[in-house]
Amino acid sequence: MTLTQNRITDLFSQKSERLLNVYFTAGFPQLNDTMTILRGLQAAGVDLVEIGMPYSDPVADGETIQQSNGKALDNGMSLKTLFDQLEGCRQEQSSDPVTVPILLMGYINPVLQYGVEAFCKKCQEVGVDGVILPDLPLDLYLADYAPTFREYGILNVNLITPQTTESRIRHIDEESDGFIYMVSSASITGSTKGISDSMRAYFERIQAMNLRNPRLIGFGINNHDTFDTACEYANGAIVGSAFIRHLEEKGTSADSILEFVHTIRA
Amino acid sequence: MQTTLEPQTSFEVSDKGFYGHFGGAFIPEMLYPNVEELRQNYLNIINDPAFQAEFWQLLEDYVGRPTPLFLARRLSEKVGATVYLKREDLCHTGAHKVNNTIGQILVAQRLGKKRIVAETGAGQHGVATATVCALMGLECIVYMGSIDMERQKPNVDRMRMLGATVVPATSGSQTLKDATNEAMRHWINNPVDTHYIIGSVVGPHPYPDMVARFQSVISEEVKKQLFAKTGRQNPDYVVACVGGGSNAAGAFFHYLNEPTVRLVAAEAAGQGVNSGHSAATTALGKPGVLHGSRTILMQTEDGQVIEPYSISAGLDYPGIGPLHAHLFDSGRGDFYAISDDEALQAGFQLSKLEGIIPALESAHALAALEKMNLKPDDVVVVCLSGRGDKDLSTYSKHL
Repeated sequence: MTLTQNRITDLFSQKSERLLNVYFTAGFPQLNDTMTILRGLQAAGVDLVEIGMPYSDPVADGETIQQSNGKALDNGMSLKTLFDQLEGCRQEQSSDPVTVPILLMGYINPVLQYGVEAFCKKCQEVGVDGVILPDLPLDLYLADYAPTFREYGILNVNLITPQTTESRIRHIDEESDGFIYMVSSASITGSTKGISDSMRAYFERIQAMNLRNPRLIGFGINNHDTFDTACEYANGAIVGSAFIRHLEEKGTSADSILEFVHTIRA
Repeated sequence: MQTTLEPQTSFEVSDKGFYGHFGGAFIPEMLYPNVEELRQNYLNIINDPAFQAEFWQLLEDYVGRPTPLFLARRLSEKVGATVYLKREDLCHTGAHKVNNTIGQILVAQRLGKKRIVAETGAGQHGVATATVCALMGLECIVYMGSIDMERQKPNVDRMRMLGATVVPATSGSQTLKDATNEAMRHWINNPVDTHYIIGSVVGPHPYPDMVARFQSVISEEVKKQLFAKTGRQNPDYVVACVGGGSNAAGAFFHYLNEPTVRLVAAEAAGQGVNSGHSAATTALGKPGVLHGSRTILMQTEDGQVIEPYSISAGLDYPGIGPLHAHLFDSGRGDFYAISDDEALQAGFQLSKLEGIIPALESAHALAALEKMNLKPDDVVVVCLSGRGDKDLSTYSKHL
């Protein structure tokens, strides 16, 4: 497979260490916070931003993200509204153009209802670079959707876990572009505490596989120490639940977001 | 779905787990190893003669099978056709659910699993799971919506008495959908030594097929029993209630390819199909993905799952199994929406006419008889999926 040139692949070709990807849920805490948080994260220097498309039944997520999804839906967030909010954010003539790579993370059903091709087309139009859809397994993606995603230059990021077999990891590596999302342990989001020896053993095992794609570690990365450890074994890490909790407690101001990112990167 | 579409004439599941447009395994990578392990092994395990021998022995000696096929004379007179009741309410634990849990606990043992997780709506599947875990000495954790725990308290007590841990699901509508989410999360967090016993013909492939196979004992027995009583194996209609649809899948299974037999599914219309308080999935839903498979789903325009409602906790689910979605989509099945009131009246009617208090779920199937335009020479088999003891507090409010 040839790498599609977009902001994610450009990023990884320029920087391969200590990348920080921060997740937030669109429409949380308030419906119109999306651009405020996105610009705040960009200003704070994060490398990638993952925007959650809220879903009523996010089974791979823990309580924190589920509650933020529920609140966002109560606020009236939808995929259409999210695209409306992102419209024009990449335009250079705007006062503060968004240049950071953007991923959308969510579940397959809202995407199916929007229409997969319409979704990819809209992602391309508003400047979304990739998606993470945990309940769209690789085989179904390849069988049905890969050509559409590629046509619009949208990267599909796949997950691996400690239980993923070596042969499947090789297959995922072969069929992925952008990066591989390493789920740190057998868990849902926001549920692990610290990095255990068995997690380190898994990180080392994957590191030794010399995959062609860069790797970001997610689930359980919630402070400077866990971020640092993840960066020893991968190209960077993804923080989600901890940022949602921070937004809830400290608000969405640029200062609050900067404080959070500094805490993680220190 | 594009390339995964299979020919739509078959009611067998495809290699990839599809029935027509519906099915598949839409699961996060965290569940892939578990589901794949099951997919690669379930047919070999359940076709193994030693498994078969143990399964059938337990169904006979422990569950009490075969369950009777009862000619309901007074009900027949009332509805104007010959009505037989397949008495799954006489199974050990009080419902058909145990047919499946016996099968799955034997599968779990052969996969070397140490712990069982399950979801439950009315509590019948939870009780059936707790029962087989006690029988086999495995740890049992059952997720149940906190609202369902209130309205089905006797079943909560039964599960606890059987040694299970009952965990309240407090998210969303706090009913079956959310209990299923929580059970899936538990499985994600405990992937190696835990087997998830899904109680209906829902979830990722191979669950719908595996559960349908275990429940197919219902129609297998009906064929033999009906022949013995009438000289014909095939009724004109088989009627069953559908929430997820496991008793219906079992009652329909051996008739799927018998086009002279109409398959009738009763869904819960709650306070009315268009009342905003309903679980009539085929009437209100459209194709979508929930809990690991593509099926017909009650959802908003944006693809958010709509909270269902039914007086019957076992039917309070926003989707149906993919086999049922295919039966509806292909026209093979007739789907009726039965309101809470219609179900209650059918439950009271059966109690008075035949001395059988049905589960509220089964009462929905009985209520469908009134809507079917039956002819005097029609032979109808109704799957009486469970007994009504657990629903007495609900019934008593309407006495």
